[in-house]
Formats: sequence, C-alpha cells, structure tokens
Amino acid sequence: MKIWIQKQQALIDFTLASLARRKLKNAGLLLVYTLIVFLLASVMLYTSALRHDAAAVLKNSPEVIVQRMVAGRHDLIPPGYLEKLGRIRGVQKKEGRLWGYYYDPVVKANYTLMVPMAEAPGAEKVADANIVVGAAVARERGLVPGNLISFRSYSGKLFSFTVADVLPHAAELVSADLILLSEADYRAFFEIPAGHYTDIALSVANPQEVRKIASKLSEALPDSRPILREEVLRTYESIFNWREGIVLVLLSGSILAFAIFAWEKASGLSAEEKREIGILKAIGWETGDVLKMKFWEGVLVSLTAFLLGYIAAYLHVFSFSAALFEPVLKGWAVLYPRFELTPVVDGFQIATLFFFTVFPYTVATIVPIWRAAITDPDAVMRG
Amino acid sequence: MIKLSNIRKAYNQGHENEYWALDGIDLNIKEKQVTALCGPSGSGKTTLLSIIGCLARPTSGRVQLKKRDISGLPERFLTEERRSTFGFVFQQFNLIKGLSARDNVMLPAYPVGGDWKKLHERADGLLDSLKLGHRRDARVEWLSGGEQQRVAIARAMINDPQVVIADEPTANLDTALSREFLTILEGLKEQGKTILLTSHDPLVVDSEVVDKVVNLRDGRLVKAD
Repeated sequence: MKIWIQKQQALIDFTLASLARRKLKNAGLLLVYTLIVFLLASVMLYTSALRHDAAAVLKNSPEVIVQRMVAGRHDLIPPGYLEKLGRIRGVQKKEGRLWGYYYDPVVKANYTLMVPMAEAPGAEKVADANIVVGAAVARERGLVPGNLISFRSYSGKLFSFTVADVLPHAAELVSADLILLSEADYRAFFEIPAGHYTDIALSVANPQEVRKIASKLSEALPDSRPILREEVLRTYESIFNWREGIVLVLLSGSILAFAIFAWEKASGLSAEEKREIGILKAIGWETGDVLKMKFWEGVLVSLTAFLLGYIAAYLHVFSFSAALFEPVLKGWAVLYPRFELTPVVDGFQIATLFFFTVFPYTVATIVPIWRAAITDPDAVMRG
Repeated sequence: MIKLSNIRKAYNQGHENEYWALDGIDLNIKEKQVTALCGPSGSGKTTLLSIIGCLARPTSGRVQLKKRDISGLPERFLTEERRSTFGFVFQQFNLIKGLSARDNVMLPAYPVGGDWKKLHERADGLLDSLKLGHRRDARVEWLSGGEQQRVAIARAMINDPQVVIADEPTANLDTALSREFLTILEGLKEQGKTILLTSHDPLVVDSEVVDKVVNLRDGRLVKAD
C-alpha cells in the first residue's frame, strides 16, 4: 500500500511538473473550465435555494384558499359564504382574507395591500391609519417608522397613513412589496363593503383530508375554486424549473463551445506528446503507468476546476445574492426583494455536476493516450 | 551475462517490403565488460541493441539474461526487466523538454515508487558525480549537448542497473566531449557495470576502455575480437 501511494505521489508530481511546462495554455483551460462549472453550479445552487426557501415560507400558509369565480375571473366573496363553509367536516379554522393590489405611480411599482390575519405576527401594530410596510417598499419610498405617507385610492380619494413598522428583512422574499393595513382602512381605501372578502383561508387538521375537503368545497360552493397549498408549491417548483431551464439553454452555447475546446485539448495528442510517451515507455514505464499519469492529469485539471468553480458559485449565490442571474431567476419586478438565501447544498446535485464535468474530461484525456501508450518502445530507439 | 542464439529480426514480415535487420546472430556478452557493436549504417546495430535491452522481441532465436530466457516474455515482464536491469543512453538523448535536469533523471524511478526524499538525493548525487549539480534545476533544453548527454547518463543510472546501453553515444559530440564521455564510461566500468554500446567512432572503438568490439554488416556478425 505504501509503495502504491508513493508511486501515485510520484506520478502526480510528474503530472504537475508536466502541466507546468505549458503554463499559459493549461491556466487558460483551467479558467474556462472553472467558469463553466461556476455558471452551472450557480444556477443549480440558486434555484434549489429559492425552491427551498419558498417551500419553507409556504409551509406556514393555509392548506386551502377558496376564491369565488365570476365569468372565470376571481371575484369578491359575498356575505354568507364563510358560514356555509363552517359546516364542512375536517375544517379546523376559516378566515376571510382581504388583500389587493395598488399601483404607486411615484415609483411605478405595484404593492400588495393586505389586512393581516388575526394571529399573524405584527398584526397588533396595524391600528387604523397605520401601516406596516415591506422592506422593498420602505427602501423605494425612503420610509422609516413614524413617517407619514399618502396614497390616492382608485376612486380618487387621498388616504394618509403613519408607518408603524417595517417588516423584517428576513421575510423579504415574500413581503418585499407588502403593505399591511387595518380592515377598516382597507375597506375604505378599496371601497369594499363589510362582509365581503377577497378570499377565504382554511386550515385543515389532517393533511390526508385536504383533497377530500377540496372536492366537498366544490360541491358546496360551485362558483368557487379551492387552491391547495401543495398546488402552489408545485407552481413555484415549475416556475423555478422553467427559469432554471431558460438560463441553462442560454448557457448551453458556451457549454458546448467548452466541450469542443476541452475535447480537442484533451484528446488531441501532439507529436511531441507521442514522442514523450515513447521515451517514458523506453525507460521502463508500463502502458498502465502512462495511463495513470494521464488519468491524474485529467483528474487534477477537472477536479481543480470543479472545486474552484463550485466554491466560487457558492460564494456568488449565498454571499453575493447571485448578482449575475438575479433578474432572470428571481423574476421580473420593479421591487426586487433583497434577501440572503439559506445555504442549501444537495449531495445529489453535486454528484450530477461532478459527473457531467469531471468524468467526461478525464475520459477524454485518457482514451487517446491508450493508442499511443501501446506502441512499441523501440520506436524511440529509431529516432 | 547475456547470451544471444541465432537471433533473427524481420520488419514488415509477410509484406512486400519485408526486411531482415538481423539474420542469425550468436553472441555472448560478458559481465562487467564494455562491448561495442560496430558497423555501417543499416548493419543492424540498433536493432540488436533494442533486442538486448528488451525494447523489442526477436522474430526468432533466444535471448538469455543471466541464463534466463527473456525472448518470450510478455510486455509487462519485459518492461520490468528494462526498468530494473538496463539503463539507456539514446543517441538523441531523448530527454523530456520543459522538465528540469533532475526531473528527467528521476523519470525511470517514478513507476517504482520508493522513498521520495531518497530518490531526490540519489538524483542529485548522480548529477553531482557527473559535475552537473549546479544545473539540476535548469530545463534540459537550456543545456549544452555534453550536459544533455550527462543528464541522459544520470537518468540511465537512477535505478542502479547492471547493464548500461548506449546508442551512438558520441555521434553528437565533439572530440573533447567524446573523451569526457569515455572517462565517464571508465568510471561506470569501475563501478562494475556491464556496458553495451553501438558506435562507428574510432575514438570509442579503439579506446582502451572497450573490451570487445563486435562487427556487424547486413545483419550478420563479421568478426568478434
């Protein structure tokens, strides 16, 4: 075992010395290779962290949301609907929700105005004529607690609010454009009469019953549609997958270019390299030793590129908020949330990336050597 | 030490351009002696050297190394024999460009494994003994012809072989460097190495250090002194 290790050590040492002979060429290759791994790993890490965060946020959202439909469009829940729902077995809690969108011409952005649920954290701060704003809203309008801000409602009336608080930065992924206000203010601002709601949130104690309850809801309120939390999660999932796909398609050109470049570099054996292999064989290297040496060359280059690229991607995504891909992967908005993603490293993902970067390069390095390595050593003698 | 019996070697056998480089060579090479293979270009010197040094196999005939038949050994065992028994000094030196003199010297020892530090010390010792210690970190292409040959000799000695094979060792050297080579050869002989070389340089062939001259022509032995 000790001899084996010493032998590998010697082969690696030779490989390094050999690589150092063409410093510029190999450094260039390493740089491009690292960049490709960096781009791929950034997309993978970013989308998986977004998915993870979105799932974590939605974990606390209601199991079912009921919306009323009129002519195929979402409409207000009229009075009496809440009471009807209460009679469905398995529903633990029901609550009418009030929310809507408001376009602020000052910053040309849409806000989500919402009445907080009764037990939601911070709900007690939303007294009449007070609002709690999301971090992006506060940033865009330069708001701090205590400031006064006015919005003109869709009917033309001016409403003034005092900023009671700014929502925590940690929740920015889902609350960047949010404005929380009291029920009375909400109804006055959007002119929605008492008893009407935007939609209804239902809590279901047993997750197994969610689908059953949804079908009961459709029967009890035929003009309504139940939206399940798992469906929302699935939608998020597919949106992120789709965006990831777009970025990967955009990247595919450069990946292909690299693949051709790497293949050419790794597989093309120059006359000089062939001569060197002949010398090594003549002075006592076995075919296997030459192959091992080339194997180490492939591994050293691709593994270094993989590690550098992956670490750079990790820092890019989790320390610099994926600045390069933000606009595509995060979606299109005026108010971009600023948030730090929770670092999520998926072993399977690393393995996939490793397999598609390190493995092909290493194989491309070894295969052409095989032919050269099995040539007769006496070729060297003849010059 | 090495016994050749009826060695024949054909190139392109069975083809139109079939060519017999060696045609029935019988030869005994004694231990701790310097034997020179002599003959004009195309006489089969290099082919014979390749067969003795396990770089090639004869088409027919037997090669015995210390009474052991090695002509039929598979490639793997031939490589092992080449590595442990023989050290080669090629006509064009065949050093690997871009690597330092020391790295080149250590090359044959890499597949053996062994202690890394000791290997470095051994390589440095050999370079020192050949008065090349000060050039150990220089790339080989920066060295003069004589220096390159000494690196090639050090490389041939790194695995402490019993037999040193040198193909036309003075072909690329001027008279002064050729004499220097003969001095080194003498030193190797004193160390108890068996030396086998090809040459048609009278300076080498007529030298006192050479114990035996074997003349070849058209793949056959002409005369053995």
